[in-house]
Parts: sequence; structure tokens; C-alpha cells
Amino acid sequence: MVERDLVIVGGGPAGMAAAVSAYENGVKDILLLERDQHLGGILNQCIHPGFGIDYFNEILTGPEYADRFIKKTESIPQIDVSLQSFAVHLENDKTLTYIKPGKLEIVRPKTIIMATGCRERTREMIHIPGTRPSGVFPAGLAQKLINIEGLLPGKDAVIVGSGDIGLIMARRFLLEGARVKAVIEIQKETRGLKRNVVQCVEDFGTPLYYGHKVSDIYGKDRVEKIRVVKVDENFADVPGSEFEIECDTVLISVGLIPENELIEMAGVAVDKSTNSPVSEELNKTSIPGLFVCGNSYKVYDIVDSVSRDSVIAGRLAAEYLKGLK
Amino acid sequence: MIKYDVLIIGGGVTGAAIARELSQYKLTVGLLEKEEELAFGVSKSNSGIIHPGTQNPPDSLKGRLCVEGNRLVREICKELGVHFKEVGELIVAFNDEETSRLLKLKEEGELLGVPDLKIVDSHWLRKNEPNLNDKAVAALYAPTAGIISPYRLVYDLAENAAKNGVEFHISAKAETIAYSPDEEHRFIVNTPKGAFNARYIINAAGLFADNVSKMVGVDDFTIHPRKGEEFLLDKKREHITKHLLFPLPTKTSKGILVIKTADGNPMIGPTAEDVDDKDDLSTSNEGLAKVLEGVKKMLPTVNENDIIAYFAGLRPASGHDFIIRHEDKVPGFVNVVGIQSPGLTSAPAIALMVLDILKNNGLPLKKKFVFHKHRRRSEHLFEDPVSRIKNLIDMDAAYGDIICRCEMVSEKEVSDAIDRGATTLDGIKFRTRAQAGRCHGGFCTTRLMKILAEKTGKPLTSVTKRGCGSEIVKKDRVDG
Amino acid sequence: MKNQLTCIECPAGCAISVTIENGKVVKVEGNKCAKGEAYAITEIENPVRILTSTVLTKDMPLKMVPVKTSAPIPKGRMFEAMEEVKRVRVSGPLKVGETIIPDIAGTGVALVATRELTKS
Repeated sequence: MVERDLVIVGGGPAGMAAAVSAYENGVKDILLLERDQHLGGILNQCIHPGFGIDYFNEILTGPEYADRFIKKTESIPQIDVSLQSFAVHLENDKTLTYIKPGKLEIVRPKTIIMATGCRERTREMIHIPGTRPSGVFPAGLAQKLINIEGLLPGKDAVIVGSGDIGLIMARRFLLEGARVKAVIEIQKETRGLKRNVVQCVEDFGTPLYYGHKVSDIYGKDRVEKIRVVKVDENFADVPGSEFEIECDTVLISVGLIPENELIEMAGVAVDKSTNSPVSEELNKTSIPGLFVCGNSYKVYDIVDSVSRDSVIAGRLAAEYLKGLK
Repeated sequence: MIKYDVLIIGGGVTGAAIARELSQYKLTVGLLEKEEELAFGVSKSNSGIIHPGTQNPPDSLKGRLCVEGNRLVREICKELGVHFKEVGELIVAFNDEETSRLLKLKEEGELLGVPDLKIVDSHWLRKNEPNLNDKAVAALYAPTAGIISPYRLVYDLAENAAKNGVEFHISAKAETIAYSPDEEHRFIVNTPKGAFNARYIINAAGLFADNVSKMVGVDDFTIHPRKGEEFLLDKKREHITKHLLFPLPTKTSKGILVIKTADGNPMIGPTAEDVDDKDDLSTSNEGLAKVLEGVKKMLPTVNENDIIAYFAGLRPASGHDFIIRHEDKVPGFVNVVGIQSPGLTSAPAIALMVLDILKNNGLPLKKKFVFHKHRRRSEHLFEDPVSRIKNLIDMDAAYGDIICRCEMVSEKEVSDAIDRGATTLDGIKFRTRAQAGRCHGGFCTTRLMKILAEKTGKPLTSVTKRGCGSEIVKKDRVDG
Repeated sequence: MKNQLTCIECPAGCAISVTIENGKVVKVEGNKCAKGEAYAITEIENPVRILTSTVLTKDMPLKMVPVKTSAPIPKGRMFEAMEEVKRVRVSGPLKVGETIIPDIAGTGVALVATRELTKS
């Protein structure tokens, strides 16, 4: 078993900001685990602009924002970055097991920061009935397919939910030569940023239906069409308002959930409805010395706030370590 | 034309069990499956319960085969390295009238030879099944009930059968059958993959068994699809129950159950609804409401938010019992149809029965000199303790390359699944659980596509979910 | 004539009211900063957007490299610019900000890489 002062799980914006901040606050032995082959996390696939206005006072794309932190992280030799490293087990004494190609390691950190990000809510979580053909994608997966893999998931898309990822993907599909038939939002207004409604939907004349929901998905092997229905204030179907849209692709963009299965395993109290750690103070959990930051602490609107708050997590970990001595 | 002594139509659990049983004899055996992979029909929606044999009439064929199958499947699992867990089941009663029905079920079960049945009281239930509704007054406890992965059983049976010489033909739907009683190989089955010549045909075509039977003029039964919607809960809720929980059965089904699964995720359902369309696998709001209502009677703490997946399956019902018989007016043609619940449990016993039928109708069965009875177990990291995972990674670095993070599936497991026959993303999912967790493939789909494309030498645009027509993407930027 | 806009300069998304005479903006209200005023004038007189996309690579570990226009380009030229983006391929290492197409779709604006591209 390897001893470490600080282990950080997750090499996205939160983990990197926490690592740099911990170093700057005096921690000199940091292991940063990232499961992907690159640092940067989800920012690498968020190729659109709009990041960095608060934190860097500049408009950056996701990869550019990530690049600033990657350069900084890599310039600090005391931050030991381990890529393709997947944390599989966490105990309440912070003993962490992780695996990477060819290796299983058990590490015993004095303090730990979890920066594991979030995952998308799925079609299954909002219980859209119908068939299960190919062509139903979480919006973030569609984003990865297009932006990282250069693959176009479909030619006629409908977007369910007006979260930012969904709005941004509406524009992305159009620019790649696909059609976007509609954006369907059950609420009376967008869940995303207003500027994304303007530049991703209105700019292209894409129909956006507020107060509507998808009530059925059709298609045996591939999506063929969906059924849409208007809902009232109590989200009940308005009879007679149904209509159908032919499409081969349905993107689901109905919110994000913090990924906290590891800390739950360690016995940290996690709120059942939000999946955030139960916490009295920013980044703290029910286990002293076990911190959570970024989107795994709570889902943020913009990455600038993730960086700002994760810097605090790095400092808290440093203070905790000093308190141990 | 390829010639077989025996040609099996249908690659579900029934067909696969028969194929494996036949593979120990000196015979040439082929199997036709209309889908792109085995187990993509009725078997893929099976709930994975190895039933003890209760809830069947004492004089029924399915009752007898279920009890025998429950015994046989354990040995098969050992030979094939399939994970079988004997968890036991409770049929729960909530009042005196229901308790008296339990006594009848117990009696009927004992007549069928179901071992170790016992009535347990509310005190026992509190202690051994703490999340069960405390209004439960008694239950029939059947300790021999177990759970298994239904698709992995099919794949492992088939893999072992193939090792022993059975030839599998996928995307080979039987379209017509010509019958020439005077020829030795009296049947010609035409498929999109060519024509096959056979002495004997075993019709194990599930939902479409009536269509196949009609091709040789036997049309005295019809398969009625009966839909069941099932809902899977997050693996975090694995221990919500210790046993399989059943209400008292109705005339048409076993009711809404709480099912432990071999992979850990509890499952609730199924509904039972007669439908017309043999392709109708849609789920509905009504189905969900019915399942939640039913399950909350037994487990009040079930939380709708824990549902991570749902699907529908169709039971191939024909009357109330299995139909397994030689069709004397078409010598050589054996129907194995109407195999609804408890078909998975019964499959090994059905296979033995089919062997007898073949023997009694002129097919000599001589054991092969060498029969490879055992199969190397597929590794699943999610089943393994840390020490075992470490050994595996030391042995092969690719076990340390995690692809599916929700279910902890490594590159090595995915490659193995492809080497062992997976050609689609669903095929990989059923074998490994990659994409079956709470994020539904949001994080791992792209890597799975790349591995599948690379290993099969096909372009990314040809990767499918479950066969032709279900391609994942429409276009690659590389192709302009 | 009055026009209502939502400012897209920052996540605040201010609702801006613009008074227009003869195609020129004469008054901007509702904005909370100077960027809002500038946005409103451009949006009415010559609407522009930053285009972001991805470009295919050749013989590099990353299949796609993300790109952006180094300055906003006219809204009406987006699809034209995309045609060029889809055609081009890069094979060498690239730094963040390095130019891939010097003048995209005749806009006088460069297309630049937004992610580092290395051989390893």
C-alpha cells in the first residue's frame, strides 16, 4: 500500500483546479487520477465558446479553458498525474483502490478530493415510453460522437429538453448538415442559458416547444418518429394536443446528476434526490478530510464557478493536512 | 447444400440447450437463428429466474420439466462456468384466504417433487426479509429457486455446442421448408443464408414457431404473444431483498415480482398483456404504473427514482402448457413450442425430452469418443474480489483498462465477448454488462464501437445496436 | 422601430431593447455593461458569430482537432465556412491558437486550433 498526502480523483476542470490550489497552499505530494487518456474531462468535447469569462476574463472554448489548467498542472512536478486510472473502491478510512492497464494499486491518502463530475439523466429516468431502437442518445454522447470521433449520429434530430448541452447540440447538428426538427421542453422556459436559446436555436429558426413533452418513441431497429403532447401546469397531458414528428434521432438533454457512487461506497451521506453529498460547508462531507468539488459536489451552470470553488477544495485539503501535523 | 442430421430452428435458450445436448452424439447438427445474434428473441427479456417448480399444475408437462430442469441446470452451470445463485423464493400471503392458497400450492409443488417447501410465518419473514411489507402474514418458501443470467446461459451453451461441432447460422430466417418423405435428408429449409438439408428438424422458433410449423402443414396451434414489461433498479439497491418475492399467482401469470438478478440489479415486473404484434416490444406508462402498484404491496420502500432501465418481452404462449412432440404426419419434424415460463429453467430437461423423441423416431444416438463438456468461465470483474482482479490484471494488462465505468467492464472482457461471438453492441451488453448501468452507455459507447469496428475490420458506420437497420451513426467525417 | 434582443456576450443573458432608425441603432436599453451595447449594435447592423467546429487530422492520435474562428464572422457565412472546415485535414502537430485556414470563406478571419495536437 502506497501512502500519499493527497489523492484527487478526476482530472477535469475541478480536479486540476483543486490540485494546483492544493500545491499552491503547500501540499507537495499529490496524486491526480484521471480515467481518460487525457486531462481535461468533459471540456475536451465542449468545443463551443463561452467559457472563461469570469475566471480568465476572456471568451474561451472548452478545450482552450482546459488547456490553461493542463499546462499549469503539468508544470508542477509535485502533481503526479496518472492517466487511464480508474478508481474502483473507496473505504471510509480513505483507502482507495484504482486500476489502470496492467496495474492495480491500493493507496492510502491522508486526505482525498473527489472531483468525479456528473453524468447525464437518461431517457429511462424520465420514463419516456415506447420502443428502444437505436438513435436515442444522451446529448453528451452525441456531442462526443461528433466532436471527438467525427461521427454524425443522425440526420433528422429531435432534442428533448432545453438544457445547455441539448441547445448546443441543436446548432452542432445543423452545422454538420443534419436537420433539427424540434426542441421539446416540458417547462415553460429554458433550462439552459438564454444566450444558447438565441444562438443555437433561434439563429437557425428551429422550432422550440415549451410546455410540451415526448409521450412516445416509435421505431423497431432505428427511431422512426416521436409523439409530442402539450402539458398543463401540473404536467398532465392536454387531450387532443398530440402530434407526431418524423425523425431518426432523439437527443436527451434533461439535466445532470453528480457522480458520487464511490463516496457512497465509503459511507459518506449522499442526498437521495440530488445525489450530492450531504454537506454543511462547501466541498465538505460527513467524513473529515474527504472533500468533494466541482460537479460531483453540485451541478454548476458554468465551469468558471467550478474552478473557483475547486480552488477552495484544494485549500481545504491543505489546511486539513496542516491540522494533522 | 449443407446437410445435417438435425437442424434446429431458433437460437434461444431452448434451441441452444438442445444443440448442446445433441453435440455429445455422433451427429451433424446445425442451428438457424433469424436475428443477428443468439438470444435476441424471447430469451433476451427473460427475467433469469430458475424456478423451483411451484405454481404449476401437478399434471402439467411444464411442472415436471421445471422441477427436473432446476436440478439439471446446476450441473450445466458448473460445466459451462455460468454463475448460478440459489437465493430461494417466497410466495407471499397477506390474509388467511391467501394463506390457505399457499397450502394448496405447497401440496401441488410436493406432488411435482419440489424439494424442501415450507410455510414460514410473519416472524420468520420479519427476520429474513426485513423490507417486505409487514402486513405479510405468511409465505411459501422454496429454497431451491435461483437466479442466472439468461443470455449468458444461451451464449455459453451455444459456445460449448459449437466447440463440439454444432454449426450456427445467424441472420438465417427459415422462410420456406420443402418436405420429401422418401429422401433420407427429407427437409430443405430455405433461408437468406442459403438452403439447408436435414433429416430431422426441431422447431424451437419461439414467437414464430407457429409460422415455421405451418411451413410443413402442421397448423393446429397458434402462438399468442403475451407482453411483459420489466423495470430494472440501480445496482445500489442489490440488497433490497434477500429472496425472489412473488405474490400469489393469477390465472395467466405469476404476478408482479421482485426479482434478484445474477448481475445485481433488482428487477420489478413483469406485466402480462396479450398483444397481437410479435414485434411489439414497447413499454408504456400504464405498464410502469401497474408494476409499481403491484410491487409496492410487497416492498413499500421501492423508489421510482431507482429505476435505471426498462424493457418489454413477449412470452410465446400457446394454451397453458408447453407443446413438445413429434409430428407423426410429418416424420422427422419435432415441435418444441409454447415455451413460456418456466422455459429457461426447463430448457435442460426439454433438451433431454427432445433427445428421447428423436431416438424413438429413428435417430440413432451414439456418444462421441470425445465430448468437451467444460468451458472456460468468462471473467466478470464486477463479480470478483479485489485480489482476483489484481491477479487478472497481472495476467493481462487489458483487465486494467476500464471501459464501462458504471458496471466496471474492462477492455479484455469486451474483446473476449467479441472473440466469443458478439457482433453488436447489445451482444456485448448481454455478455459483459457494458452499457447496462445507470448512464446507459453515455460514457462507453464510443469505445465499444471502436473496439468492435477494429476487431471485426468493419467501418464505424456499420456498428449496430442489434443488427442490420440499427446502426448507431449515419456518417463518418472521414467519408466526406 | 424598436427591437428586443437577448444579449449573448455572457451567461447573464440581458434583455436588451434597441431603437432603430434607417437600419442604424440609435438607442440601446436594458444592458448592464458596455459589451451589451456593442453586441446590440452589431446584432442589428451586421450580426456575427464565432464559429466552432472540428477538423479531421491525419496520422495523429486524435482523430479530430477542435477549431474556432479567431474572430466572429458574419452569421450568413457560417455554412459556407463549414464547407471549408469539413474539407481541410491537418497532419502536423498544432499549438492552441495556431492557424489552420488563414482566411475562411473570404471573411478575412482565420480558423485556429483550440486544442493542442501532438504526435504522442
